[in-house]
Amino acid sequence: MKLLKKILLYTILTAAALSFIYPFIWMIMASLSPEHDINSLILFPSEFTIDNYQSMISKIPIGRALFNSTFVATINTGFSLIFSSMVGYALSRMDFKGRNLIFFIIIFTMTLPFLITLIPNYILMVKFGWIDTYLSLTVPFMISAFAILMFRQAFMGLPQAIIDAARIDGCGELRIIFTILWPNIKPTIIMVGILAFMASWNEVLWPLIVIREEQLMTMPQLVTLFAVGGRAEAQIGVKLASAVFLAMPIIITYLFFQKYFIQSMATTGIKD
Amino acid sequence: MSKIRKKILPYFLVSPYLGHLLVFTTFPVIFSLFLTFFKWNIIGPMEWTGFSNWERLFSDRLFWQAILNTLKFLIIHIPLQIIVALALAEVLNQKIILRGFFRAAFFLPVVISGVVITMMWQQLLGFETGVINRMLVSIGLGKVGWLINPDVAMVSIAIMATWKNVGLYVILFLIGLQTVPRQYYEAADLEGATHWQKFINITVPIINPTIFMVVVLSTIGGFSLFIEPYILTQGGPLNSTLSAVLYIYKQAFEYYHMGYSATLGVFFAFLIVVVVLIQKKYIETVT
Repeated sequence: MKLLKKILLYTILTAAALSFIYPFIWMIMASLSPEHDINSLILFPSEFTIDNYQSMISKIPIGRALFNSTFVATINTGFSLIFSSMVGYALSRMDFKGRNLIFFIIIFTMTLPFLITLIPNYILMVKFGWIDTYLSLTVPFMISAFAILMFRQAFMGLPQAIIDAARIDGCGELRIIFTILWPNIKPTIIMVGILAFMASWNEVLWPLIVIREEQLMTMPQLVTLFAVGGRAEAQIGVKLASAVFLAMPIIITYLFFQKYFIQSMATTGIKD
Repeated sequence: MSKIRKKILPYFLVSPYLGHLLVFTTFPVIFSLFLTFFKWNIIGPMEWTGFSNWERLFSDRLFWQAILNTLKFLIIHIPLQIIVALALAEVLNQKIILRGFFRAAFFLPVVISGVVITMMWQQLLGFETGVINRMLVSIGLGKVGWLINPDVAMVSIAIMATWKNVGLYVILFLIGLQTVPRQYYEAADLEGATHWQKFINITVPIINPTIFMVVVLSTIGGFSLFIEPYILTQGGPLNSTLSAVLYIYKQAFEYYHMGYSATLGVFFAFLIVVVVLIQKKYIETVT
């Protein structure tokens, strides 16, 4: 009975794990196969080829898109960490008029569906002249309500003595935040960093709206337009090659830091 | 530090947030409400049209179909997600080896871009050459029109979305399950309770907050369904996978009906809030 139960448990787990991993392996193998081999059930193609990748690189500026995505995600993550920790610090460590009101507004904006702001924000981008510039991909994402709350929580858990000691040494508040307190809340910084980076990296609806110029497109946008447009000439292998290219940076990072990924996303329940 | 500086400092620290809030949230919300009374293609002048956007919304059959499609998606997606996530979390919560590996495997699709997931499944679900139909044929079953049959296409998208997100909910449930005190189960064992009885009478009431969180998160996520139908079907076949967000997107960025799509956005945002409040009420009264 006990053995039977064990066998059943591991069968379920293995079947589930396979169903989550197999499609990715299939996709990578298919992207390395000649077109006529794709869609066979066999995992290994009759011959490996990088034709699909060469063809993709000649059709779309994927290298430039990789740069754009990395650049935009890095800027957004950096600013989000800086601005959110400033606000989080003020909310948790300072007493001022309107503090509770700001805290309430932050909670309220988190429940606000993004659809209500989508179209006016697009209009803002048009009026600012930010369509087809990096500004439209970065400035609206430089601060996040969620990151503020996480920093507030982290700063609240630190002893007041650290701050007092730094003040006696003549540190300004900004220096206190970034040189004294930050080293004490590394897990929070990593979590907020991963979430901000992933949110920016995987965002696709917004870039589709504000970027038309191919040289400025982020990877998910470029790959999406490649998938639905006619330029892949209905060749599956080329499309899959672009999907693999888009997935690879995250898969590799995930292999090394999966604990942090799981931890940070589980604290939020945020999906892309 | 001078007294005045000390007074100003907190406002200086929160100023980036307040500025950002004003420009990218407060103004857009107000402007959205304002836009619902105008016709505007963004290039020409704005034209006051009174309530005609709202009248059009209530008689726009395609929009209501998009709402129904989105609800259909949610009705399949949410229960499926909860059942699969709870089952896998329950299994993972037993004494097993390689727990970390299984957890990481289940979580893998969560971190991957929806674009990749959708392009991958587009091939797997293909009618003639898709891997899944080939498997079905090889075990003697017929082909299924996963993406070309209007009755099935939204079901396929719901299954795919569940596959993508379920790993996150496995983790959330696992955290919830670990808060259930062992003694409760031991006491129930003494009474001779079955697995199912223990699950319904002990586990479910304790992890109820997690269930609520999962319902709300997947409702909000499900309401923003966009990239999957955009890539897979462009809303077809026969508009059966046209989601509300996809329709709003098309109104705004393919037809440039800014006033009308803002009206749809405001209405739809309101609908999301109402649905979440109803869910909250319902889950509170059930337990």
